[in-house]
Amino acid sequence: MAIAVELDVQRALALYRTMRLIRRFEEAVQSLFLRGEVHGTTHLYVGQEAVATGVGDVLGPHDRVAATYRGHGHALSLGVSPQALLDEMLGRATGVCAGRAGSMNVVDLDHRLIGSFGIIGGSMAAATGAALALRRTDGVAVAYFGDGSTNHGYFHECLNFAAVQRLPVVYICENNLYGEFTPWEDVTAGEILDRPRAMGVDARQVDGMDVFAVREAASAAVVAARAGGGPVFVEALTYRFVGHSRSDPGAYRKPGELDEWKRRDPLIVGARTLRERFEVAPEAIEEIDSAVDADLQAIAERALAAPFPEPGTTAREFAP
Amino acid sequence: MIEYRDAIRDALDEELAHDDRVVFFGEDVAKPGGVFAVTGGLLERHGPDRVFDTPISELAISGAAFGAAVNGLRPVIEIMFGDFLPIAMDAIVNQASKYWYLSNEQAPVPLVIRSAVGAGGRFGAIHSQNPATWFLGVPGLKIVAPSTPSDAKALLKAAIRDDNPVLFLEHKRLYSTKGELEGPDVGELGKAVVRRAGDDLTIVSAMKSVHDCLAAAEALAEDGIQAEVIDLRSLRPIDSKTLLASVGKTNRLVVVEEGPRTGGWSGEILAIATEAALHDLDDAWRLTTADHPIPYSPTLEDAFLPLADAIVAGVRGRLGVAEPATA
Repeated sequence: MAIAVELDVQRALALYRTMRLIRRFEEAVQSLFLRGEVHGTTHLYVGQEAVATGVGDVLGPHDRVAATYRGHGHALSLGVSPQALLDEMLGRATGVCAGRAGSMNVVDLDHRLIGSFGIIGGSMAAATGAALALRRTDGVAVAYFGDGSTNHGYFHECLNFAAVQRLPVVYICENNLYGEFTPWEDVTAGEILDRPRAMGVDARQVDGMDVFAVREAASAAVVAARAGGGPVFVEALTYRFVGHSRSDPGAYRKPGELDEWKRRDPLIVGARTLRERFEVAPEAIEEIDSAVDADLQAIAERALAAPFPEPGTTAREFAP
Repeated sequence: MIEYRDAIRDALDEELAHDDRVVFFGEDVAKPGGVFAVTGGLLERHGPDRVFDTPISELAISGAAFGAAVNGLRPVIEIMFGDFLPIAMDAIVNQASKYWYLSNEQAPVPLVIRSAVGAGGRFGAIHSQNPATWFLGVPGLKIVAPSTPSDAKALLKAAIRDDNPVLFLEHKRLYSTKGELEGPDVGELGKAVVRRAGDDLTIVSAMKSVHDCLAAAEALAEDGIQAEVIDLRSLRPIDSKTLLASVGKTNRLVVVEEGPRTGGWSGEILAIATEAALHDLDDAWRLTTADHPIPYSPTLEDAFLPLADAIVAGVRGRLGVAEPATA
């Protein structure tokens, strides 16, 4: 049985680096989107980096993750190559799914990513089923989903299904206060945590802007699920600093809300903890920042130079 | 001789024994043994980790089956009535059937969705439908529709061993029919079979209607019309080769579908034949149900379905053959 992975200064720095990578990656996607290089639509994880980073850090090699359509951060936290991921955003043959999937449908099983689900709640079902397989190997399945999913049939059906089967699933609800453009409290009765608790599922809340707090909560959840105690539910309170998708200026936000949450930007919170708790010198943090920025710059240039898939290559409808 | 329902149970039993990755779950399938008494004994033989009852949660059942299939298991699920499939559709249509392509072939999706379908049992409009055509436009999905106990067993075994999502349709009026097991133990998906040879007319059908077509063919033989009856067995993909070979011989095609006329699979069969073999065709048409919900009352339901008498009358009418005078 796996136990929680200890957190030392190197690991703490790696957490900060992952958050910085996700932030810069999303900014690159946004910039390439505005240049017409990323197509269709895309949903950015800016502001929520601490959640995936903290969860991803405590997962083992046999665990699996089902992400949402806001999934670039989920993917990067699992070690999916940022180059292959950005190439996919640009529809290139070198993309993680060879340009077949695009932003909302990324799959990378080699890096434990079952898929990214564009249908609300689909990630919960995929992880629930993955747990049927993973319980044979002491693995744990993780589902990410938003506050909007808590009103979907998948939410109630999957929590109950996993609870009666005592499946090793960790359900991570990223409550960023809005389901698309609608405040969650306008369309949600009662409290989110009361819903899993009504089914006897252990449910906790965590500050989703603090990667160290998320990591601790996720670690406890994963250990409990792996031990055979059934599913665990974690509500991470977070906030997206950008619109729901490309066309959203965020007109629904309450006055001052964005600024208030930005004061608790997970990168600011993370850097402060590195300095205060781990006694990391400010220069070491700046070094990470510059290294990540340079990496992303090079990744974006390579992505723009990568080849598009050749039309006319015949897809096989069925697996042989 | 074996009953259709027992052939399905045996296929499940044998595949559960054959491959540890096979699991089977659905509503009332384990302890109760299935509402159509198909799956009794499987829980006792294979244990609760591999055969279990689920909550009434079709979203979770199909979604979890997909998740299990891409993580190393080979799940078989039962969606009790085909009419409940719309609730399970997201995972089947949006996830399972697209995964192989979208993931750039990272992993196949070995998943079987069993479902009881079809009319004639007085179950009414929402427990009698044939859902095949709702799924016909879904690339990556196979649809199997067996008409005999032997095919039910061999094709279910093949579906479980196949690496793609397979919708396996069991017509409710066939569960108590009996037949001999014949042919290979594990069948081949996507192949039609000629059930009756004839030179004058090709009748194409599937599932319970195959038996109605065979009965109709015997009646038509008394008129001197020799009908060839093709049992499609697979509605996706469709075995064009067997279809076109027969049409090339008979030059006349009628497709009999227990299902609504508009958007039915019979239209797809006519499209294949006209697109590829217009030169072979003297006539091509279809006999289907009308475009309204399936009625409950026995008189209404029997008149609604393309049963043997209706097929005989339809063919006679179309070919201008008078009904023989009764003695």
